[in-house]
Amino acid sequence: METVYLTIVIAPLIGAIFAGLFRNQIGRVGAHWAAILGVAISCALSFFVLKSFIYDGMLTYNETVYTWMVTDGLRFEIGFLVDKLTAVMLVVVTFVSLMVHIYTIGYMADDDGYQRFFSYIALFTFSMLMLVMANNFLQLFFGWEAVGLVSYLLIGFYFKKETAIFANMKAFLVNRVGDFGFILGIAAIAMYFDSLDYAEVFAAAPQLADTQIHIFGDETWSLMTVICILLFIGAMGKSAQMPLHVWLPDSMEGPTPISALIHAATMVTAGIFMVARMSPLFEFSETALSFVLVIGATTAFFTGLIGIVQNDIKRVVAYSTLSQLGYMTVALGVSAYSAGIFHLMTHAFFKALLFLAAGSVIMGMHHDQDIRNMGGLKKYMPITYWTSLLGTLALIGFPGFSGFFSKDAIIEAVRYSTIAGSSYAYFMVVAGVFVTALYSFRMFFLVFHGEGPRDKHAIAHLHESPKVIIWPLILLAIPSVIIGYITVGPMLFGDWFNGVIFVLPEHDTVARVGESFHGPFGFILHGILGLPFILAMSGLFVAWFIYVKNPSIADVIKSRFEVIYNLLDKKYGIDELYQYLFADGSRGIGKVLWTLGDKTIIDGMIVNGSAKAVELLSGVVRHVQTGYIYHYAFAMIMGLLVMLTLFVNF
Amino acid sequence: MSADWPILSATIWLPIIGGLMVIAIGDKNSNNARWMSLAVAVMTFVISLPLYSGFNPGTAEMQFVERAPWISYFNIEYYLGVDGISMPLIILTTFISIFVIVAAWEVIQYKVSYYMAAFLIMEGIMVGVFSALDAMLFYVFWEAMLIPMFLIIGVWGGPNRVYATIKFFLYTFFGSVFMLVALIYMYFQAGSFDILSFHTLKLTLNEQILIFIAFLMAFAVKVPMWPVHTWLPDAHVEAPTGGSVILAAIMLKIGGYGFLRFSLPITPDASSELDWLIISMSLIAVVYIGFVALVQQDMKKLIAYSSIAHMGFVTLGFFMIFMITANPDASTGALLSLQGGMVQMISHGFISAAMFLCVGVLYDRMHSREISSYGGVVNRMPWFAAFMVFFAMSNAGLPGTSGFVGEFMVILASFRANFWFAFLAATTLIIGAAYTLWMVKRVVFGEIANENVAKLEDITGRETFILASLAVAVLALGVWPGPLVDVMEVSLANLLQHVSVTKIP
Repeated sequence: METVYLTIVIAPLIGAIFAGLFRNQIGRVGAHWAAILGVAISCALSFFVLKSFIYDGMLTYNETVYTWMVTDGLRFEIGFLVDKLTAVMLVVVTFVSLMVHIYTIGYMADDDGYQRFFSYIALFTFSMLMLVMANNFLQLFFGWEAVGLVSYLLIGFYFKKETAIFANMKAFLVNRVGDFGFILGIAAIAMYFDSLDYAEVFAAAPQLADTQIHIFGDETWSLMTVICILLFIGAMGKSAQMPLHVWLPDSMEGPTPISALIHAATMVTAGIFMVARMSPLFEFSETALSFVLVIGATTAFFTGLIGIVQNDIKRVVAYSTLSQLGYMTVALGVSAYSAGIFHLMTHAFFKALLFLAAGSVIMGMHHDQDIRNMGGLKKYMPITYWTSLLGTLALIGFPGFSGFFSKDAIIEAVRYSTIAGSSYAYFMVVAGVFVTALYSFRMFFLVFHGEGPRDKHAIAHLHESPKVIIWPLILLAIPSVIIGYITVGPMLFGDWFNGVIFVLPEHDTVARVGESFHGPFGFILHGILGLPFILAMSGLFVAWFIYVKNPSIADVIKSRFEVIYNLLDKKYGIDELYQYLFADGSRGIGKVLWTLGDKTIIDGMIVNGSAKAVELLSGVVRHVQTGYIYHYAFAMIMGLLVMLTLFVNF
Repeated sequence: MSADWPILSATIWLPIIGGLMVIAIGDKNSNNARWMSLAVAVMTFVISLPLYSGFNPGTAEMQFVERAPWISYFNIEYYLGVDGISMPLIILTTFISIFVIVAAWEVIQYKVSYYMAAFLIMEGIMVGVFSALDAMLFYVFWEAMLIPMFLIIGVWGGPNRVYATIKFFLYTFFGSVFMLVALIYMYFQAGSFDILSFHTLKLTLNEQILIFIAFLMAFAVKVPMWPVHTWLPDAHVEAPTGGSVILAAIMLKIGGYGFLRFSLPITPDASSELDWLIISMSLIAVVYIGFVALVQQDMKKLIAYSSIAHMGFVTLGFFMIFMITANPDASTGALLSLQGGMVQMISHGFISAAMFLCVGVLYDRMHSREISSYGGVVNRMPWFAAFMVFFAMSNAGLPGTSGFVGEFMVILASFRANFWFAFLAATTLIIGAAYTLWMVKRVVFGEIANENVAKLEDITGRETFILASLAVAVLALGVWPGPLVDVMEVSLANLLQHVSVTKIP
């Protein structure tokens, strides 16, 4: 199987190299074929791997590919761990990536950077695969940073746009704040486990579960808590959890296909994947799990609220992504790792679909992204409309759709959880269901229903998108609808993740949920009777009432609740705060250190001061800057050489 | 092990003699001077390669040893040899020197032969510093190195070169005088200038502390460490591109090398006693200098400050070993720390060279180093922009590039010394990325800022060759640092062993 796994990662890399370095030689068509072929090979092999796990009972693969270096008894390796968790991620990543690749042919057709774009997304696929297939922390960090790099390059794809090149730098730096924690976590693991290999670290975790360490003076901390919180800070950066979420909405400056692939379906879920992978560590720290839970719940609810007031079609979807990532994080916090991964998978399909559909709308609207200018697009873009509807229903968790199974499983799991913060989290995720339905259908109605576009000129050009755009939408709509129904049994309540995800019996909320699970159909029936369904329907109804039935109400509400509206519109002022505190603050520190520290004290007083002192003291060497020193030093060395040679006596 | 033929001598003297011959060719046939210089630089590199291929990584003994009496009256010897610490630095020197020659090809028109010769002679001298095992020989090379650098900045430098050269000279000369005193003191104790015999010298703690401080003066200035770093930005700004490259890529490393060859093995007790001082200076370099780099308006100054911050990792790695060894929770890590510092030195050699060459490419076209003169360079120079972003990312320590390896190793090691060391060191992930990417944003990306940028042309074949070669080196070391780490392992382990034994009689 080693060849298969190597091919899975190498094929997109080769595609990327061809599309990037030989862009002029192979041209546009050559570039997209190179990239698509690479990713298609990966995708086909990923399905083969998944099939082998399901039907052939294939065992986990855990081998080293090559040794990066060995020093001081510590092995740094590049290697693959392919188990059932990896297999799911492989299929999700390569399938969505392939859809996005095909879609890009249509979406980027008029762009000068066509080949560059293909090169980047193929490179992204390679990096993401390296991340999910890692069997050690070094490679994990490798993939982690590599996807960050490609994200940086792609957010700034339109490099002439000031907002884009600001957003990509912001994204990279905020992610680096997360990586700061992440690398410290890895350092802690390397120190206490003396290994970076997953298997060795996980095996040693129970023995180190009670270890206490000192950080501030004599106060002791549980080692596991420190490690897990540090690692999770990394996940907060990559998976855009509050308060490190600020980069994700701005990342919408990038072209829409990558918003779908990187900033919705795959890269941003790397943090979720990582924590699920580290379940053998997180299980030993309830403090860390509570921390994860509270962060996730806060993100799930409060970013969803912002989504209600956004008017840029991509930003609405972006805030929805933040909120959904919050749900996944909540799942991790209550030890429902499998539910988190399950939601990751369903979300990847329907969110990619929603983004690509948004891209289709944007093309139809000639790159106008303001939903207030849209309306009535149902008539002009029927396939985009229907696929969007399916995606939106999946997102709000309409019973039977994929998102329903995953979201309901998370909410139920939170209900059974007993760790600190779980009642707060339960309230947040349940209330979040209403918010999700509200912002999703607000957008849906504003875009597709009601009066036609404001700009009558736009109508003339409005038409359904070409086939390369439509087909990926359809192919993504299928799993968005059915994947939950098919997989909820085995993946969540079956034995799929046995031996992969580790849960202590007292934390096992999924098992509690599973006690009342009698097949997906029963799950649907149970869901229809539950509170989340009622909330989702109310959200849908409110959206319909405000944006379809009585469009004038929206403005009334806006002016009545101006304070809240402004708070949401300003995104709680977090961006401004960070700008003031960190961006301006560090520049201020830099200026002070430079002018006061370097120029005034070191140079002004010490260096030039001692030069002046020398000048004052010696009447002979008066003008230091006339070349005397050079002569003096040269003479000294020459003198030394001559002196030494004088004593030569061979 | 000694070689069949004197590889080290050849690597030292070939470029020096070659340089003199280039001067003899003169400026009338400046093209001949260029080709001759290139031939010498390439030959030197090729000659230095057997140092790697023939190197026995299994021993900490000096290899390729050449030993002959030089000034018997003082028992001074012409004594050369390399171990796993110096060998990679020598290869780095001969490798980088090629690109310095190529980079100057069309750019330098004034006194071409002298310029080329200065670099070749400098190359030989620097190899001499790394391979000298006789302290007096070391000192001669060490001081001689200043002369070509002084001339390079003074003759081919920018408008404020006089101030910069004086500052550079005063600083470094000031530091090395103390080193000379220390060397002579030890000569009287040991009866020879053999560095290896210095290593076995018994010294009281007071003696050690004085010697340690004397060495610190010399090496800290060279590295440079905060607070004796202010000569570096000025020197870089005024130096021609090649001068900056050699300064950043090689000369700074001589300071780091000095700590490993002299301070640690000769005065281990003092090093252990005063490690807090070096560690503080290193961490200040990482954080303080990072902030200072953030507000620089001049690209070369920014990269110069970034060099100081990166070199902070080197000294941090070298001097954390005592605390790591003393930590009961950490079974190992001291060797990782030393290795990290060394890898950081080699990596910084490539990356800083590449960064200065990138600035050189822009400077040659626009004659400005001000960040504000640029903007939107990518529109006119896409290939250049690709290289610049790549090297910027390596400067910010992106995994897969060499910039990551050393920083990662030192951060892993620092956690074993003290959580807060790791905390402060790891801030480089944020600050380093901030100043590098902010510069890239303002220079490379955006709309074409002005009509001068609009006239820019993309890199030539010559420039592509330079940047691509360095990119390959950066990538290779980032993807597979094993070979480098392996050749250093035994020598550094031996050093560590040596340092753990007290020298107090």
